[in-house]
Amino acid sequence: VGGRGGTDIISTVEFNHTGELLATGDKGGRVVIFQREPESKNTPHSQGEYDVYSTFQSHEPEFDYLKSLEIEEKINKIKWLPQQNAAHSLLSTNDKTIKLWKITERDKRPEGYNLKDEEGKLKDLSTVTSLQVPVLKPMDLMVEVSPRRVFANGHTYHINSISVNSDCETYMSADDLRINLWHLAITDRSFNIVDIKPANMEDLTEVITASEFHPHHCNLFVYSSSKGSLRLCDMRAAALCDKHSKLFEEPEDPSNRSFFSEIISSVSDVKFSHSGRYMLTRDYLTVKVWDLNMEARPIETYQVHDYLRSKLCSLYENDCIFDKFECAWNGSDSVIMTGAYNNFFRMFDRNTKRDVTLEASRESSKPRAVLKPRRVCAGGKRRRDDISVDSLDFTKKILHTAWHPAENIIAIAATNNLYIFQDKVSSEMH
Amino acid sequence: MMLSKGLKRKREEEEEEKEALAVDAWWLDPSHPAVAQAPPAVASSSLFDLSVLKLHHSLRQSEPDLRHLVLVVNTLRRIQASMVPTASLPPVPSVPAAPGMADNLLASSDAALSASMASLLEDLSHIEGLSQAPQPLADEGPPGRPTGGAPPGLGALDLLGPATGCLLDDGLEGLFEDIDTSMYDSELWAPASEGLKPGPEDGPVKEQAPELDEAELDYLMDVLVGTQALERPPGPGR
Repeated sequence: VGGRGGTDIISTVEFNHTGELLATGDKGGRVVIFQREPESKNTPHSQGEYDVYSTFQSHEPEFDYLKSLEIEEKINKIKWLPQQNAAHSLLSTNDKTIKLWKITERDKRPEGYNLKDEEGKLKDLSTVTSLQVPVLKPMDLMVEVSPRRVFANGHTYHINSISVNSDCETYMSADDLRINLWHLAITDRSFNIVDIKPANMEDLTEVITASEFHPHHCNLFVYSSSKGSLRLCDMRAAALCDKHSKLFEEPEDPSNRSFFSEIISSVSDVKFSHSGRYMLTRDYLTVKVWDLNMEARPIETYQVHDYLRSKLCSLYENDCIFDKFECAWNGSDSVIMTGAYNNFFRMFDRNTKRDVTLEASRESSKPRAVLKPRRVCAGGKRRRDDISVDSLDFTKKILHTAWHPAENIIAIAATNNLYIFQDKVSSEMH
Repeated sequence: MMLSKGLKRKREEEEEEKEALAVDAWWLDPSHPAVAQAPPAVASSSLFDLSVLKLHHSLRQSEPDLRHLVLVVNTLRRIQASMVPTASLPPVPSVPAAPGMADNLLASSDAALSASMASLLEDLSHIEGLSQAPQPLADEGPPGRPTGGAPPGLGALDLLGPATGCLLDDGLEGLFEDIDTSMYDSELWAPASEGLKPGPEDGPVKEQAPELDEAELDYLMDVLVGTQALERPPGPGR
């Protein structure tokens, strides 16, 4: 579905903790939630598919009159809160403001009020001769979404990440230079826990690019930088976490040094493994797995599209080199996934060391069709269905991907289309 | 020419640019015979120009993308550092052969570039103090610094615009203009059809704007490639 000015370009994708719900945010400030249909006994081959559950406008464009600035309504990130009752809750954020939304279902309504009639109008009391107890009658399911909190005015710079703490009471939000800690119930104050703004802005050489709380240790969080470093911080060690507990940084490879070394080392996404023992980072050309116990270098490095290394100048010229790709773990932390260009996305099996390139496109994705592995040919021997590097479409970028927390179901955002792939059998890897 | 305003193009359109890509990328290839012979300043000037354009474009945004800005600035500094020649600048009669003098010039131009960047980034930080949304301060107890109402975003257009004047041709005059037309006055924004900003060989842009600040980037670029008469003393106007 095309939109005006690309307002339906998907800007974030996130499964909830059970995988039953999948939320997407778009450039127009809308959130669409999909729900997985329960598997039907009648059609056992049709594993639960995702249907639209709710759509709502999360953020609107705002105009800051004082500074003559328009604040984009684009949803940068969505994070689900762990479910604590019948309702679902999620945090959604644009560049400046985070909102807590509560999603509830209503499938019954009370009937038989004493003082009101069916339409809700007050009854003429003289007609009421007896009292009745209202009863709950079933109704068509209605999903109601309401904003419960608005966390505003916490950020001077653009918010790039939010992360809910495992304590389920606090969360953090990070912009280019600062990270704030919020309590989910308190909107009028937050606590600054990281501030890398230099005293003199002329000394600014590095910004925060992503951050995340540890999945199990509520005192630990990591943030990544534009220089390719990761800092693990312990909130117990100091109120202000400017000083890291651990610094993860890989020395520059002198043989690959170029003017663009820093840009391509900039980390665009960081994700803890489900186990909490590893971190996954994405920079322009690679994904890297880091062991929390080893700061000197990643334990694994996977090339996403190394054939672009010789094209960096051109990619700098057209700004593609600044594209920010996300990365994801599967539920068992054995496979990692990230997007690339030409609507390709890549998966790497950490155990077998095999990898596969797949394409998200209407042509190659009919329902229940098996995805065919793709190959990019960078010169040398070319097979029949190979794509040559020079014919890659750099406007088709898979920036946002998500993996179901337990099953082999992935959600891929390709511009304004969402693809959901379910894996029945292991894909061919090569 | 590889220069552009940063428009994304499909790879197919770049087929004809492959020649240019090959040419422009050769300076990265240390085994290329031309690299050893050609002065580094000339080899990197197109990348330098491109980076300057990107920086300029980034700063012109009402709210610059800080990450993009910082990465471009750092890249520009790397390029500039590599342009310090150990031997000679491109041959121009007035260029002193002494490496020391060249180093001083480039050092001063680096300082001037830093100063330009400094004032720009300084303005970004001043803007932060502009509008304090009234917010209650936090109580004691929980750790960290209470942010209260962190001042909202960067860059009033009217402040950021003139602040970038030191990178444009119209200097500080832009600070007091109601309408910042420097975008249209500056040769950096010549329409694509007319070709891009004239290269240093075409003569200094500053000839058309006598009130320009000597510390401006255009001057630096011209100095770096030695097309400006270096005996002109640094000072206001002309």
